[in-house]
Amino acid sequence: MSEREIMEYDVVIVGCGPAGLAAAIRLRQTAAESGQEISVCLLEKGAEPGAHSLAGAVLEPRALDELLPQWREDETCPIKTAVTTDRFCFLTEKKSYRLPTPPSMHNEGNYIVSLGRTVRWLAEQAEGIGVDIFPGFAAAEVLYNEQGAVVGVATGDMGIAKDGTQTGNYQQGVELRAKYTIFSEGCRGSLSAEVMKKFNLRTDDAPQTYGIGIKELWETEHANPGEVLHTIGWPLRNDTYGGSFLYHLEAGKIALGFVVGLDYKNPYLSPYMEFQRFKHHPAIAPLLAGGRRICYGARALNEGGWQGIPQLAFPGGVLTGCAAGFLNVAKIKGVHTAMKSGMSAAEHIAAALKAGNEAATLNDYEKDLRTSWVGDELRKVRNIRPMFRHGLWAGLSHAAIDTYLLRGKAPWTFGHHNDHSQLKKASECQAIEYPKPDGELSFSRLENLAYSGVNHEANQPAHLKLRDNSVAVNVNLQDYAGPEARYCPAGVYEFVKEENSDQHALVINAQNCVHCKTCDIKDPTQNIHWTTPEGGGGPNYDSM
Amino acid sequence: MKILVTVKRVIDPYIKVRVRADQSAVETDGVKMAMNPFCENALEEALRWREAGIANEVVVLSVGNDSCVETLRTALAIGADRAIHVKAANTPQPLATAKIITAVAKREDPGVIWMGKQGIDGDYNQTGQMTAALLGWGQGLFLSSAKFADGVVTGESEVDSGIRVIQVKTPCVLTADLRLNEARYATLPNIMKAKKKPFETLTPEELSVDASDRLTTLIVNTPPPRAGGVRVADVAELVSKLREEAKVIA
Repeated sequence: MSEREIMEYDVVIVGCGPAGLAAAIRLRQTAAESGQEISVCLLEKGAEPGAHSLAGAVLEPRALDELLPQWREDETCPIKTAVTTDRFCFLTEKKSYRLPTPPSMHNEGNYIVSLGRTVRWLAEQAEGIGVDIFPGFAAAEVLYNEQGAVVGVATGDMGIAKDGTQTGNYQQGVELRAKYTIFSEGCRGSLSAEVMKKFNLRTDDAPQTYGIGIKELWETEHANPGEVLHTIGWPLRNDTYGGSFLYHLEAGKIALGFVVGLDYKNPYLSPYMEFQRFKHHPAIAPLLAGGRRICYGARALNEGGWQGIPQLAFPGGVLTGCAAGFLNVAKIKGVHTAMKSGMSAAEHIAAALKAGNEAATLNDYEKDLRTSWVGDELRKVRNIRPMFRHGLWAGLSHAAIDTYLLRGKAPWTFGHHNDHSQLKKASECQAIEYPKPDGELSFSRLENLAYSGVNHEANQPAHLKLRDNSVAVNVNLQDYAGPEARYCPAGVYEFVKEENSDQHALVINAQNCVHCKTCDIKDPTQNIHWTTPEGGGGPNYDSM
Repeated sequence: MKILVTVKRVIDPYIKVRVRADQSAVETDGVKMAMNPFCENALEEALRWREAGIANEVVVLSVGNDSCVETLRTALAIGADRAIHVKAANTPQPLATAKIITAVAKREDPGVIWMGKQGIDGDYNQTGQMTAALLGWGQGLFLSSAKFADGVVTGESEVDSGIRVIQVKTPCVLTADLRLNEARYATLPNIMKAKKKPFETLTPEELSVDASDRLTTLIVNTPPPRAGGVRVADVAELVSKLREEAKVIA
């Protein structure tokens, strides 16, 4: 193999989301203010900035106000829909009961946005001040120097055939070397996972916990721009954490989605089908009636909060945004904290570069961030999510006590558990019968998937790898009734009966993958390993 | 020889297109765009000709709004030497586009214009032919292979009855089919180099071309959803249904 081509930057950022872009913009701003020259490049595995971005989303503009205070005057900025009303409801199968909106979920001054569009706009701002953004290139490998410090990343080789041979289009990956590398891959990033392991960033922390969010964008005549609705209760049972969001955007659009905590226990549960069923609720269906679904997608999210945040700094690099886990579950928001973490990382990196320190461990970044407003708001709500493991009512009552009486100042901190160890054996659980999608309000998984714009170069090795092939059938199917066939929102995993035998085999339709990372998280024996496919592959979300 | 390659910006082929709520057009707002796949093949062929020493310069041309700059940058990153953007409010219709290409060709004087056989958005399949007619040049259409020797292009295209082989003298217009070649990727170092390549912006007025629309779109409709299939018990029932209901056999 020939030597890889090398490109050198002061800072390389992995992942073109809110955290990575905020870091890039802050680096160039700081450089301009202090007369430094800081070269910054940003890698994005999606075909363009925003193609893989998916969130509800209601944006709290606090970090954006700090980063680009003029954004409100910018005509091209897509953040326009101010939240006007806010409702929080408990659903039973037929009824909806309004609950008091918890203070953490109040949305005065916040905006309903498409994260994809917001990211595209931020990317334009970043490019405008000299950041090199490379969409369509997946960072596939972390580079270390002889002392073991991170010195950049390498992009994956392209044009490798299914059988591992080089196609006519083979193109070797490129080494992007940097004095500092920022990991902003989003929730459960594959390289972030590698550095967390290598530098033991998670030793003192409770494990991260996750949820899966599945979303559809609808065009309907019933949209009332600025309205926000969150629901809990039906169709989930009390022992499963989760709920819905429904945000009314401009131009007759409604973004709605469903989040299920990945600590659910029944392997027969299908987050996707729960969402489809949810849309038929009498309080929801009329909003969508006569409309059409125009986009579909899914993404895992962090729910670990304060306790789930690992150490953030290591020699030559830092973790930011959802790659670390700054989502505020009680607020159901994480864009503002992700951006702030990126900005804070950028400021510490700029200072280190100015002082001539390369590949150092920026512990002050972590210290500053934990004592900033990001740390404040996460610490206050740290005990809310863990209590929901005891059921919806225990969780809600505790949340009320913690919020109104203790005001987040309880002297204790509840721990977490690993999501993958929570599944019970199928023999201990009841199968769940889901109603068949009607094709009007609810759809089959593959029908919906066509609206994610997902595509991968067909002739490449599957990017979803099994550590042990026999486990799929011998453990996953036999003990857990094949949960990956249910939790995967893209129909990647299929247990197919082999011809002329009673044996089943697992088929992995890697081409369908929308990069949500749920399989990497929930697989009961952690046998499934999500890796980056050829750059440019994955969903092509339009305004998610 | 200089080669002029036209590249069109279209909705990404992997996106499910949808009609705007007001039925005036297909929705492009916020939708991922990409280089027309046939244009990728045209560009690839031009680059191969340059690498083989047949051509010494590959100039890419795109007609349309500001976002075409991105498509031209991609073409430069893939390997073109120079880019020309003719700025128009939206994508002009085939005749106006052909007139613009013709005007640019008269300035640039290329030996060959390589084009995609059609855009995957409008699917008109007219611009290449119109350009050849306006220039009075020969044309080689839907080519799945093309060889150049002594000022003559020998090309193959697939037709219903088999493979048609044509010969056309340069200067000429050639249009590419997907089977022509497999387009290469842009590499990271080349994306950086592309930023320094010459880039010219023109307007239809500067080229003295009237780019206004000649056709009016009345309405754009979504095709009716496919009705579900029916399972028939035997051949007799199938034949009877084909005869009585579908009325496709007598």
